[in-house]
Amino acid sequence: MKERHGRARISSLDVEGLTYRSASLWQITWRRFFRRKSALVGLGILAVLVFIALTAHWIAPYDPYKPLIGIENVQRREKPCIHLLGCPKDRPQHIMGIDGNVRDQFSRLLYGARLSLVIGISTVSFAIIIGTILGAVSGYFGGWVDNVIMRFMDVLLAFPSLLLAITIVTVLGPGLINALIAISIVSIPAYARVVRAGVLSVREMDYVAASRALGGSHFHLIFQRILPNALTPLVVQGTLGIATAILESAALSFLGLGAQPPTPEWGSMLGAERNQVFTAPHLVFFPGFAIMLTVLAFNLLGDGLRDALDPRLAHISE
Amino acid sequence: MLAQYIFRRLLSAIPVLFGILLVTFTLARVIPGDPCRAILGEKATQEVCERFIREKGLDKPIPVQFWVYLKEIARGDFGQSFRYGMPVTRLLVERLPTTVELSFAALAISVVIGIPLGLISAIKHNSWIDVLTMIWANIGVSMPVFWLGLMLAYVFSLTLKGTPFWLPPSGRLSAGMSADPFYVVWGLALPESGLLLALAQFISRLNILNAILTANWPLLKDAVTHLILPSVALATIPMALIARITRSSMLEVLGQDYIRTARAKGLPFLKIVLKHAFRNSLLPLVTVIGLSLGSLLGGAVLTETIFGLSGVGRTLYDAITARDYGIVQAFTVVIAIFFVILNLMVDISYAYLDPRIRLE
Repeated sequence: MKERHGRARISSLDVEGLTYRSASLWQITWRRFFRRKSALVGLGILAVLVFIALTAHWIAPYDPYKPLIGIENVQRREKPCIHLLGCPKDRPQHIMGIDGNVRDQFSRLLYGARLSLVIGISTVSFAIIIGTILGAVSGYFGGWVDNVIMRFMDVLLAFPSLLLAITIVTVLGPGLINALIAISIVSIPAYARVVRAGVLSVREMDYVAASRALGGSHFHLIFQRILPNALTPLVVQGTLGIATAILESAALSFLGLGAQPPTPEWGSMLGAERNQVFTAPHLVFFPGFAIMLTVLAFNLLGDGLRDALDPRLAHISE
Repeated sequence: MLAQYIFRRLLSAIPVLFGILLVTFTLARVIPGDPCRAILGEKATQEVCERFIREKGLDKPIPVQFWVYLKEIARGDFGQSFRYGMPVTRLLVERLPTTVELSFAALAISVVIGIPLGLISAIKHNSWIDVLTMIWANIGVSMPVFWLGLMLAYVFSLTLKGTPFWLPPSGRLSAGMSADPFYVVWGLALPESGLLLALAQFISRLNILNAILTANWPLLKDAVTHLILPSVALATIPMALIARITRSSMLEVLGQDYIRTARAKGLPFLKIVLKHAFRNSLLPLVTVIGLSLGSLLGGAVLTETIFGLSGVGRTLYDAITARDYGIVQAFTVVIAIFFVILNLMVDISYAYLDPRIRLE
């Protein structure tokens, strides 16, 4: 009911002039998206993160790489000092404390936002490109091509993704770039499957047949006719995939296989100080909390997009 | 009909299994670095290394090595661990129980808490309990396991020290606690080697089961207290997923006509929920539970690292960094085969839960 009411409100019918003004598909989708509080929360967190990422070099009070030895009178792993919360005014303010190398943790955390967003988006983009090509080819041509590609994807899916990523990083050598490649490879099957399913459902439509009859090439059919109409699930999967990618790359960095010190990456910041959790819990708490918040933002956003793009689910979530 | 379906599914698993063997073998071979120096130390001389390589058959062409590997696996022989100097199967028997215990405890926690929460929030749709559950579930799926583990250790092992809520931060048993295997306590005469002994050893290393079998209650308490923190940390993500999926599939089912009919007939609400609705919302739930158990094994690498447990995950991670081919191959293959079996079980339970699927 709610749905029908909403649509009636946004489309208006001017009977006298016989002009119709109805909401476009995008408008409907956005309206549905903005009705969800959780999706808005996700969008809000993400907006803050993007802002931090873009302005880290202005808003960070200290250099994220430079130890404060000889610059300020602070100790290694010193507790947070916030003037508003009663920390003496003559002490320098470090709202998230000092890390094991005498650096301001807050500044490192701000720079970490930049890295995390780049990691999430770049791995997923790479995985989507490869996954889309594989899935589209597989679904479009069918037959043995489909069989070979999808069986290979099955094999990749047969490994717990983190373990496979660890193995791939070991083959390529530890480092941020290699970790990104590993996580991309691991997540390709998910996208390939989604795209293949979409292509299969669109492939036999009349407009595709018409295009084929007009002499459209395979390339034209796949990329101009079929794919654009099978993209919706990919958008959702991609947004949720960014969350997974951030979580997994943080895990790899935590294990020492991803970003290497002194890069201010949340996972490696946490990993470097994990043995100090009993003596300096703030060094473990803040980076982990930042990871959780970022992953949460993408998860909420992905769920919101799914419900907005797939009206069949709308009644469940509202 | 069901038997036929199972047979078909089993057949289709064969190429995947072959692919798994091929991929693990290839990955293990392309890990850069010299296995000889990784095992024998940086100072191993050329001569020693050459002999090592020859002895382990690493000088043969890769396809030949793969063939030898396949033949050995068919015989149940996963080869030797270079580093520990013992058969990998023995290492598996030693390390696997830790992970199995951890994963099953985590799965049990996530099912026992996740399903009722999902059910309640579906029934009380849009109530405060529903909202709270969903907020919590969203946070749960976004949780970095390694962070949660460390924070739990901080709270329960340090902050609550001296209170009855204190929990140990690492290990499987307290120092000084030793577990007599059940077959020793029972006075069973087992053969000195072979499958039976391996099985008995495997079971005896499942501390909780072994403690129950030997009626050793202090040991049981100790094992359980050690298991709580790691399994709760590991359970968070599957628990949240299970709660979410239970809720959404229940909501879908509860909106159907036959539920309204059942209510109109005057059936007790609880009966409708449990017998009519829940059973029909089981399909997606089974998938998620199956997949979760698989991902628990991956998450175990992190949990085992944090809580100082030498299970499969941690051993595999160490083996990868040390280029211990034997372990890498065997452990990944075992995990992947476990995964495939799980998927098979999920598919078969589909056919059981929804007879229409068998006919396709």
